[in-house]
Amino acid sequence: MAGARNIQAETGPMLAADGRPLKDSLNRALRRQKLRALLLISPLLLFIMLTFVAPIADMLFRSVENQIVQETIPRTVKALEGWDPSTGAPHDEATFAALYTDLVIAEEYKAHTRLGTRLNYEFGGASSLFRGTGREVGKWPTEVYTEQFVASDPAYRDGAAWALWMADPSVRAVLPLTADAYDAWALMTVVEKDDVPAEEQPLDFVYTALYRDLAAGALPQLMPAVDVDNWDSVAIRDLFLEEDAAWGELPVWQAMKSYGGNYTAGYFLNAVDMQIGANGPEMRAEDERVYVTLFIRTMILSITITATCILLGYPVAWLMANLPARSANLLMILVLLPFWTSLLVRTSAWKVLLQQQGVINDTLVWLGLVDDANRLVLINNEAGTIIAMTHILLPFMILPLYSVMKTIPPSYLRAAKSLGATNWTAFWRVYFPQSVPGIGAGSILVFILAIGYYITPELVGGNKGVFISNRIAYHIGTSLNWGLAAALGTILLVIVLVLYWVYDRVVGIDNVKLGG
Amino acid sequence: MGQTTADAAYVAFERVQKSYDGVSLVVKDLNLSMPKGEFLTMLGPSGSGKTTCLMMLAGFETATHGEIKLAGKNINNIPPHKRGIGMVFQNYALFPHMTVAENLSFPLEVRKIGKSEREDKVRHALDMVQMGAFGGRRPSQLSGGQQQRVALARALVFQPELVLMDEPLGALDKQLREKMQFEITHLAHDLGITTVYVTHDQTEALTMSDRVAVFNDGRIQQLAPPDQLYEAPENSFVAQFIGENNRLMGTVKEIGGGICVVRLDSGDEIDAKPVNVSKVGERTQVSIRPERVEINKTRLRDGAHTLKAEVLEFIFMGDIFRTRLRVAGSDDFVIKTRNAPDQVRLQPGTQIEIGWLPGDCRALDAP
Repeated sequence: MAGARNIQAETGPMLAADGRPLKDSLNRALRRQKLRALLLISPLLLFIMLTFVAPIADMLFRSVENQIVQETIPRTVKALEGWDPSTGAPHDEATFAALYTDLVIAEEYKAHTRLGTRLNYEFGGASSLFRGTGREVGKWPTEVYTEQFVASDPAYRDGAAWALWMADPSVRAVLPLTADAYDAWALMTVVEKDDVPAEEQPLDFVYTALYRDLAAGALPQLMPAVDVDNWDSVAIRDLFLEEDAAWGELPVWQAMKSYGGNYTAGYFLNAVDMQIGANGPEMRAEDERVYVTLFIRTMILSITITATCILLGYPVAWLMANLPARSANLLMILVLLPFWTSLLVRTSAWKVLLQQQGVINDTLVWLGLVDDANRLVLINNEAGTIIAMTHILLPFMILPLYSVMKTIPPSYLRAAKSLGATNWTAFWRVYFPQSVPGIGAGSILVFILAIGYYITPELVGGNKGVFISNRIAYHIGTSLNWGLAAALGTILLVIVLVLYWVYDRVVGIDNVKLGG
Repeated sequence: MGQTTADAAYVAFERVQKSYDGVSLVVKDLNLSMPKGEFLTMLGPSGSGKTTCLMMLAGFETATHGEIKLAGKNINNIPPHKRGIGMVFQNYALFPHMTVAENLSFPLEVRKIGKSEREDKVRHALDMVQMGAFGGRRPSQLSGGQQQRVALARALVFQPELVLMDEPLGALDKQLREKMQFEITHLAHDLGITTVYVTHDQTEALTMSDRVAVFNDGRIQQLAPPDQLYEAPENSFVAQFIGENNRLMGTVKEIGGGICVVRLDSGDEIDAKPVNVSKVGERTQVSIRPERVEINKTRLRDGAHTLKAEVLEFIFMGDIFRTRLRVAGSDDFVIKTRNAPDQVRLQPGTQIEIGWLPGDCRALDAP
């Protein structure tokens, strides 16, 4: 055992002069340094967190956030829990009664139109359905219940009596629907009307709830006895169907059930042209599919733009790296020149150049290369996007290429030639492989910039040349479907990250050089 | 080296001139011929035109005027890759994205040599420079000396008859450099390849070469075997550039019989061997090697001229002593003496007399 202890002592942690473990001493010594480094970056870190990370996180969260249905029509969502969409639209009065209560309350809060807008993303017509029904729901003849209760006993008109009843736990236990409706009404009265509930007579939907409770069981002793057996009643389901036949059909119910949760995959499904059908997620109808095509087009155009940037940028970068400093600087200025003009101006200039009656077509016709009747369509399609974006992104390819090429000594080419390689072999086997890190860096830059580009495709892309980002902008600015925009943005982000990962696996991110 | 007339001029520069800007000549009227198998060094300060000459021979620069011949054929218009000349670069220029073996295989691949033969030759070349175990490594994983060996093996693997080396040892430390000098010379002689070696390090030039061409100002100042270059420099530039030299300025007073008397500017007179002077009254720079200065009068010829000197500084350098003297008005006259048991260590302030054999003191042109 003594031997073992010796070994332990020898292989144990190194100790500093004061007997503490060396590692701890070192950490302590470095702590000040680390703290200072942290302090130096903290303003920027804070700025980035506030203006970049937090908004992005919020935006990404919106792609799954879905509280509006749950908040606006909680009773209906609860009632639909047990419903199976494959059996068709619900028939039971209880579900419609729940929706009735929800809608009356939502209408008071003016929340039903927002719900309609939200559900409209999932199926068309939801917006007008909710707006129309919401407008009418307060005028439905449910006052028959109020009148009959009041006729049975005037106490039912008295707000103070109601307040007393509803404060009693035994009453609440026997009349769950009534208690729930009364609470919602009381809250609404305080919040929306700034009144005291104990001084007001409840609205019709509270009486309706009471009637439905009584139909199911006995009235508590505290409340005046009524006999509801031969009372007039209204069928709420019929009222809904009368208002709009869509209430008798599946989609609205399905939407309300599917999106009843606090979180939803709906936006993401929508972003890949899918929807929640009766049997789970399914593809949308052929003519409603937009986004997959757009994603594919965005990818293909971005790859094409990257490729043309490599083809056009490589020779320029090579020339710059091999010219004497004076000429190289001049070329560099020419390469950087576009950065000094506004992006918008450059893109607009392309509009002038590319249109059918534009400079390029005129020149080609004048040269006789193109027939006047068959002028090239260079704008408002993919060609326009590719041409304009290649021009705009070219510096991002040339600069990293140049900085990598600058570090490749000319002696490599000479060595290759002295070893017997022709100019081409020397270039292809010796120079090119060493410039690949530059191509990699340039490609990543150009591709990632291209895939999220917005202004240029918007201006010169027409219908066929727009990118997914244009669609995202549309949902942010025009359709106000931020959830879908967030889902599209999230998918774009994931695609970029996945490509980055693939690139790292194939080329190796260590091979990417932006300089030196 | 047995030279026949046929290969007496395996490599030849004939009246070669080179200008980069059309205003000044970097290489002025270069004439040089090398027999097969020779190890020739181009030595000179930077900007003297030696590297330009090498690049013209390799084909990376074209001569503005004149002919460059290889094995009797004019190669002025042959592109570098068809010249079949092996070359070792200053920074080795090993392809960083290839392994050592791939680097060596490259010249064989472009020559369309079969795989098995390629592997044989690569292995053989690597063994030749004792790098057989490093074939799978990348150049960046090798030390400077190892990279140097690989670069050498790569230049030799396709068996060129002419190998050019452009300051190949410049980046190595002193000890390794001396070792590699030795190895390169042996390899070149063993394989019988003709070598043109460029350096600005005179020790390297002296120890390695069969002949050394001293370049200055675009011209070859002297082309001679190392000993001759050292012992018998033909002009003051060579005398100054090769080894250490004491210089004294003066005028020829008497001349004749392979010996001349020079009257130094200080008024003293000394014996010298006339090299670049022919008549009395001519200005001259006399040059004498520090180790040829004699402080023991008994060893001097009778009647030899001697100079008074004052010891300024004594430096112990291990195998030799280096003593700085004030002689004939010059404060940087240096003598070197061997560290032998009987050698005196001259203390600063001592007055001594120095002299030399007339053959060791050369009267050269006045720069």
